[in-house]
Amino acid sequence: MPWGEFKDTAAERRLFQRRTLVMLTFVLVLIGGLLARMYQLQIVEHEVYTTLSDKNRVQVQSVPPPRGLVYDRNRTLLAENRPVFSVTLVPERVDGMAETLTQLDRILDVSEEDLERFQRRLQEPRRPFQEIPLRYDLDEQEMARLAVHRHQLPGVEVKAELVRYYPHSELTAHALGFVGRINRDELQRIDPVNYAGTNYIGKSGIERFYEEILHGQVGYQHVETNARGRTLRVLERENPVPGEDLQLHLDLNLQKRAHELLDGRRGAIVAIEPATGGILALASVPGFDANKFVTGISVKDYRELSESRDKPLFNRALRGQYPPGSTVKPMMAIAALDSDATTRDYTVWDPGHFRLKEGGRVWRDWKRGGHGWVDLMDSMAVSCDVYFYEIAVKMGVDTMYDYLSQFGFGENAALDVSGALSGLLPSRDWKRATRNEPWYPGDSVNMGIGQGFMLATPLQLATATSLIANRGTWTEPRLLKDIDGDTPASDFLPDQTHEPLKLKDPDDWEYVVDTMAEVMHGRKGTARGAGADAPYRMAGKTGTAQVFSLAEDEEYDAEEVRERLRDHALFVGFAPVDNPKIAVAVIVENGGGGSSTAAPVARELFDAWLLELPEAGSDELVSKVDAGGEQ
Amino acid sequence: MALNNFIDPTATNPLGRPRGVWSALHLDPILLFLLLVLVSGGLFILYSGADRNIDVVKAQGIRLGVAFVVMLVFAQLDPSVFRRWAPWLYVAGIAALLAVLLVGVGAKGAQRWLAIPGLPRFQPSELMKLVVPMMAAWYLSRHFLPPRFRHVMVGLAIVLVPMMMIIQQPDLGTSLLVGMAGLFVVFFAGISWKLILAFVGLVSVSAPMMWFFVMREYQKQRVLTLLDPQSDPLGAGWNIIQSKTAIGSGGIDGKGWLQGTQSHLEFLPESHTDFIVAVLAEEFGFIGMLVLMLVYVLIILRCLYIAATAQDSFSRLLAGALTMTFFIYIFVNVGMVSGLLPVVGVPLPLISYGGTSGVTLMAAFGVLMSIHTHRRMISA
Repeated sequence: MPWGEFKDTAAERRLFQRRTLVMLTFVLVLIGGLLARMYQLQIVEHEVYTTLSDKNRVQVQSVPPPRGLVYDRNRTLLAENRPVFSVTLVPERVDGMAETLTQLDRILDVSEEDLERFQRRLQEPRRPFQEIPLRYDLDEQEMARLAVHRHQLPGVEVKAELVRYYPHSELTAHALGFVGRINRDELQRIDPVNYAGTNYIGKSGIERFYEEILHGQVGYQHVETNARGRTLRVLERENPVPGEDLQLHLDLNLQKRAHELLDGRRGAIVAIEPATGGILALASVPGFDANKFVTGISVKDYRELSESRDKPLFNRALRGQYPPGSTVKPMMAIAALDSDATTRDYTVWDPGHFRLKEGGRVWRDWKRGGHGWVDLMDSMAVSCDVYFYEIAVKMGVDTMYDYLSQFGFGENAALDVSGALSGLLPSRDWKRATRNEPWYPGDSVNMGIGQGFMLATPLQLATATSLIANRGTWTEPRLLKDIDGDTPASDFLPDQTHEPLKLKDPDDWEYVVDTMAEVMHGRKGTARGAGADAPYRMAGKTGTAQVFSLAEDEEYDAEEVRERLRDHALFVGFAPVDNPKIAVAVIVENGGGGSSTAAPVARELFDAWLLELPEAGSDELVSKVDAGGEQ
Repeated sequence: MALNNFIDPTATNPLGRPRGVWSALHLDPILLFLLLVLVSGGLFILYSGADRNIDVVKAQGIRLGVAFVVMLVFAQLDPSVFRRWAPWLYVAGIAALLAVLLVGVGAKGAQRWLAIPGLPRFQPSELMKLVVPMMAAWYLSRHFLPPRFRHVMVGLAIVLVPMMMIIQQPDLGTSLLVGMAGLFVVFFAGISWKLILAFVGLVSVSAPMMWFFVMREYQKQRVLTLLDPQSDPLGAGWNIIQSKTAIGSGGIDGKGWLQGTQSHLEFLPESHTDFIVAVLAEEFGFIGMLVLMLVYVLIILRCLYIAATAQDSFSRLLAGALTMTFFIYIFVNVGMVSGLLPVVGVPLPLISYGGTSGVTLMAAFGVLMSIHTHRRMISA
């Protein structure tokens, strides 16, 4: 130290110690300041930050309720929920999106369409760490392969959700309808709170009609999540209320039989239990696999279905509107008897054609040369057209409209069948409104044999037939038998929406039923082949609906016409006659004649329901077989 | 002398052993005890802050072990060694900083490291935390104290040159600590209060100039974020909002060890490094903060006592400055985490995860122990 000898070391030390005291004060003041800050944050503002901290970590998640199941009348499961595994990606955690997708494609077989949808969703705005689905419905092998490669694929996750599954899909697609992903329009309609965790909604049929009770009530859970939104544990949970299970009147065995009977053809069958109105079978063939629609059908599959000439997506039973043809004759007979347009004894000469006036337009009978002298019983048995031309003209359109509308034509009388069409029951007003033309007597002639303007769905024909089986007492058709839950079925199934059809002479019901039995069992009955050797008595009426009209004196041979232009074969009927258990309407598109094609189908169904399937109580029925089998 | 009331190690140490053992090891038992309390407590906090990752705790334990060895080595050296080496170390340090600016390596747009083949990578700026106060103490203690104006100016130049070089890297936190270490030497040397006031005035006036001409965009952003964290709650403001939430939700006695939701659920960033004090505040509450501050204050008190009782001016200035540097670490870190100061990369001393600053700090404590235990017999 060069100048050391001059330094006043004691003074320097005192100076330093004074400065040290200043620094000590400085330190204590600043530490005090830090502690004051801590006091402010931790004690004064503690509540504020506790709230912030909880808001950070605690999220409210909705828990979707499991959808109610659907059973048939024998408690066979028709619609259930099945865990479906899908692979999702969290883009934030994926390193190298392109490579990951390539590798996933090797493992999983990702279609172009999946990729496109994924890329689209990737571009859309979303919250951070939200997963984007890549492919739905992985099978077990794919799950296994994915599990093996999982560690090489950060950000790739497998998610399970409960998805609707129809174990008998082809058979029940048209009867049950199906669920699908909620679309934009439905999003506007639904309660956003209750559907917060739900991805699927009933799109058609039962699934749509009973959506409210099948869906259930959403539940909630408070979950602890980390900063990246990943759920760590459940803090508190309010369980969802599962949707209520439905039991339908439908009988899967009968439904299956109906499909088998129409296999390879196009057509529809509706079977109703007259006592309850319960729909036992509702078949539209060809059907389709509704499961494909649940998670989203591929464009290719959809095109295949929608462009098929057989129209598998078209619900013929509910939405197919056909000219009822001669199957309308039993109802016409009721109308004519009750309106005194005819009597049981009244006879008509059928020369094979009908004219409104001398030299006027000719309406032909289906049988060249005609049936000769016929009364109502004969006319029903042989399906004489001329008799019905005449009584139709006698009744006039207003009377026919009045009676037929009481049979449920021109309306959707079903209680819980969504999407059913109402057909067309023409009237004076209708013709004036739609065509701006008066009702001509010729229109009535056509209407008398269910041709012309009139259209009806198979469901309507079965409903009207059921009304005859019930002798005028309405039991509106319905699918729902019972709800396994708190909701009473009566909330959806009102008691009586239709007045019973009361006839001046109630015995006319029995008479018309007899004429229908004559069709099946009579010597000349058009469906006597189908009714032969039955251990019970049945009532029915065949029908043939022209697909295209022929000029009045043109002949045609069904064999020569291309298959698609052949007549539709129809049949309505019920059995047994005295204690009806089943009423059916059968239509086979381009099936040719009702007696040759549709009636045997109905007979098979009657046999199945009354003799083979256990529930109908066949013992009692067999004992009722009486001598009236053949007359 | 006011500080004489503090525990006097020249009598007996707290463990009742003869002072000869500690003297022979050149260790101060009181300071060592306080440091061990701090470090071991810190490891528990780190275990929680690192989300129960025992590997992090082990790695930190090894680093601290190395740091204690460094402390032990520095304690063996006579203070005169530091004095003699100070100018050479300073020149070498300036050269190294120059090298960093020219050929340094680093990440995220900052060049802080020097990779000399054959040597482990190191940060010259970290060494300057020790070297700059040594150099300033060496220079000022060569002259009469209090220093004359021109000596003060030279002393300031000694401090500002390396400081500006470190700012260029850029490393605001380290340059701040290096600069403060040097300035405390000047302060302890007895610079007149008029001059201090003048400097404070000058800094206040030049602050706006700094804002426009010196500070970088991201540094300005940090200041703005401090003033209004909610302006960008998911971006720049996220850290400060989450750390304040962690501290505030701790309350009086905290959520319990390992129970902090802010840190364990990853809301709190840097929870095992710069923001670790928020973990302590969240899990042990205000009481935990009181205890931590008490330990820190006791360490500072002991170190200031060592400085005050040192035998020569160089030792006093160096010891005082190193102690205050330690305090600046604490104040800047806790101030930053609690939202009083802008975010500057300064760790919580001896608790935050990370090696370099721990080694430098322990070396500084080694210097203090050296000063305390190498006493000449002619002591007054």
